[in-house]
Amino acid sequence: MAQTRLMRELERQGISRREFLTFCASMAAVLGMPKSASATIARAIETEERPILVWLEFQDCAGNTESFLRAGHPTVADLILDTISLNYHETLMAAAGTQAEDALESTVAKHKGKYIALVEGSIPADADSGYCMVGGRSALDIAREVCGNAAATVAVGTCATFGGLPAARPNPTRALSVADAVPGVKNLIHLSACPANAENITALIVYYLTVKRWPPLDQYRRPLFAYGTLIHDACERRAHFDSGQFVEEWGDEAHRHGYCLYRMGCKGPATSQNCPIVQWNSHTNWPIGCGHPCLGCAEPNFWDVMTPFYERLPNVAGVSASRWLDPVGLTASGAVAAAAVIHGIGEVRRYRRGHHRPPEDKGHADENKHESDSNEESRK
Amino acid sequence: MTHVVVDPITRIEGHLRIEAEVEGGKVTQAWSSSTMFRGVELILEGRDPRDAWAFTQRICGVCTTVHAIASIRAVEHAIGVTPPPNARLLRNLIIAAQNVHDHVIHFYHLQALDWVDIVSALSADPAKTAKLAQSLSDWPLSSTAYFSDVRNRVKAFVERGQLGIFANAYWGHPAYRLPPEANLMALAHYLEALDFQRRFIKIHAILGGKNPHLQSFLVGGMATPVDPDAQASLNLGTIAELRKLVAEGVDFVSRVYVPDVLAIASFYKDWFSIGSGVSNYLSYGDFPMDDSPHPVLYIPSGVIHAQDLTQIASVDQTKIAEYVTHSWYDYTVGNDAGLNPYHGETNPNFTGPKPPFKRLNVEEKYSWLKSPRYDGAPMQVGPLARMLVAYGLNRPTRAKTLIAAALKQLDAPPSALFSTLGRIAARAIEAQVLVESMGMWVEGLADQMARRDYRIQDTSHWHPSTWPKDCFGAGFHEAPRGALGHWVHIRDGKIAKYQCVVPSTWNAGPRDAHGQPGPYEASLEGTPVAKPDQPLEILRTVHSFDPCMACGVHVVDATKRELARVRVS
Repeated sequence: MAQTRLMRELERQGISRREFLTFCASMAAVLGMPKSASATIARAIETEERPILVWLEFQDCAGNTESFLRAGHPTVADLILDTISLNYHETLMAAAGTQAEDALESTVAKHKGKYIALVEGSIPADADSGYCMVGGRSALDIAREVCGNAAATVAVGTCATFGGLPAARPNPTRALSVADAVPGVKNLIHLSACPANAENITALIVYYLTVKRWPPLDQYRRPLFAYGTLIHDACERRAHFDSGQFVEEWGDEAHRHGYCLYRMGCKGPATSQNCPIVQWNSHTNWPIGCGHPCLGCAEPNFWDVMTPFYERLPNVAGVSASRWLDPVGLTASGAVAAAAVIHGIGEVRRYRRGHHRPPEDKGHADENKHESDSNEESRK
Repeated sequence: MTHVVVDPITRIEGHLRIEAEVEGGKVTQAWSSSTMFRGVELILEGRDPRDAWAFTQRICGVCTTVHAIASIRAVEHAIGVTPPPNARLLRNLIIAAQNVHDHVIHFYHLQALDWVDIVSALSADPAKTAKLAQSLSDWPLSSTAYFSDVRNRVKAFVERGQLGIFANAYWGHPAYRLPPEANLMALAHYLEALDFQRRFIKIHAILGGKNPHLQSFLVGGMATPVDPDAQASLNLGTIAELRKLVAEGVDFVSRVYVPDVLAIASFYKDWFSIGSGVSNYLSYGDFPMDDSPHPVLYIPSGVIHAQDLTQIASVDQTKIAEYVTHSWYDYTVGNDAGLNPYHGETNPNFTGPKPPFKRLNVEEKYSWLKSPRYDGAPMQVGPLARMLVAYGLNRPTRAKTLIAAALKQLDAPPSALFSTLGRIAARAIEAQVLVESMGMWVEGLADQMARRDYRIQDTSHWHPSTWPKDCFGAGFHEAPRGALGHWVHIRDGKIAKYQCVVPSTWNAGPRDAHGQPGPYEASLEGTPVAKPDQPLEILRTVHSFDPCMACGVHVVDATKRELARVRVS
């Protein structure tokens, strides 16, 4: 019995039932589910056979792999690693060369249509370009085969989701996202950010185990539980923004007391992710928490549209000034400024909701807007 | 003669292919090929130099701080700004934490499985394992019950039949020589190290907001405020937290990591005379101890030629040149020339076989790495180079003491360091030197708070209008894998040209214009291969360098190409 097996494992690892349920409850919280859902999650983890995952690395930096290794709640996260079967992952697997290729090949053949593919890194558009090859094969060729035969594909990180750094202007290698490199791939989910947060990767897998489908998505096919809120709206420094209290210089008193980083270039008002809520490295901290502005790393083409990083919004390439109030309004004080700010943020929200497409986005606009029926083919 | 191809080389960062000729049970010749290219330096042209650290940081997510550090140093050098003391202390702490974290992960999760047979661990006697572990250190977890738990857990995992990342490996290979008890101990520590690395790296989250890809770097300083009287700053609470994390690090490195490395090495002593390869070593040095323009470096710089530890030369960056004779790039000045990075160019031109392919044409170009040379000679870089320089210099250092103790324990001469095992041992010793040094910088921050010096950044040079119109800078850093340099040319406040010469380029680069092999290639010559279809020994030597291929790939294009301008209003 699977359930007994899990109980045995928990015991063997010195994990009490209580700790396990606490983990399930924290997962429910990350996923934005009611507390009562934790029982469902626990049941799903306990009874499911271990699903097979393969993790492909293309034009990547292994940052998402490293992030995955930092998954919090350590002992129980180990259990989650034991709960999935990671059949291919170049950075972690013991086998090399031919034996590594065999592991991938036999997984694709034996478990066709049943495994989950995770992809890290972008993919050069031209298979013959030589810009990314593994085992003498092009990244494009491997992605077509492995993602094409998967039950579902998760693009982990901004490079796999939107093309990311390699696709930044002038995109020397014609790097593409998974969606653009392998059109029509089934059940594609995006976990953008540079890197994707370990807690969101884990939560997504748990969600899938629990309800056997992907969670509701935003217009970029990202799970709403992680990307449904603007950083700005959940930021611990928001009250300072609303009161017009801003950092003006690195290390000034305002900076030391945690005032708003908007004027130092913070992209939180134009970026959706749950950083302020989930934070990083077992809830230790997050970028704004340590005094640096948000770079907007979860957003499409952020290397081009959110730069220069230290220019305040909207003075960056990707955000049109016409959609904003003159930022001078923000330097005024008192009620007038507050009204201006509220209006400005309303503008940002509309921008974020997709009423205005960012100039660089090639468009996932027709797909799956805020809907949960994500098990359909994403791209025809 | 057998032609062996290992691609992908796994348990590394990035994409690496090794081809080797094996004759009489030994490698006679080897070729190292990097098979991925992105173009980061080209992407940087025309951008704000203050943003460059974030772009170059993404060259690698494993050594996630190193390109950010080299980048801010290069830009600071160019515009003439010195970060205040707090920034120096914060950077030293971040760099040391990165090195220690990286070395631990490398040994346990990337390298150990070349020496440790997990299947053999299942037949170990937990009581004997406990006895062995207790003889090495007083680590509190080394009990019979503990090792019994680990064995049973892994046994259950294997019995379920889904081996995941442990499937298809070379288990049972004749080159595995550890007794089952040593295998079980190492396996237990593989799992423990997974937990350790997650906890220890909270240092980066405290000082940089998150890991990977910390976000507190600034040209001219750091963005992490320091103020004992402010909740939103590094204060005495965070100092206490840092002290605790550093102490845990010292504990794990000195009571688990270093004893494990020395114990495993004692079963494989023949590997002290395998894999020596290129006999020159280069260290730029790092960890400035004061705020002068030419500070004393805690890890010293120096150049060693022909394994001669009595003559350590000083480093002169003008002697660095890169070759593309066997790299998929063209030079406008001819493909046999060597170019200093200030004058470097990178025009990618893939001329390799069309994928899918079986073999590279190693007579022609065969890698995305260039071949850096120092004064015409190939150089090994990394922990061994750093430890050799520290060992050879005529002054007492912690490194010297620890190296001498390790050699004594293994009953090995200093020349044993020039080897595959020497690189692994030097990495562990360096981790101990650095983790022990971290307390000094934590206390330095506390002293700064006592002095009420809260400066974290030189605000007078933040705006580009304060910079020279046209300036050049070079930033040097000792990354976990070795000597890293960034070169930048800034014109009118924008990046005109950017170049990186990276540790894995030094170590993993192909042959140069004179046919001299790079360090991976040279070290593989003579490496035994018992079973060419299971080239475990090739992995041992390659992994001993800790490959980081995404870093190594040269990513420049020098000039000429028009960039879409980033709008600044």
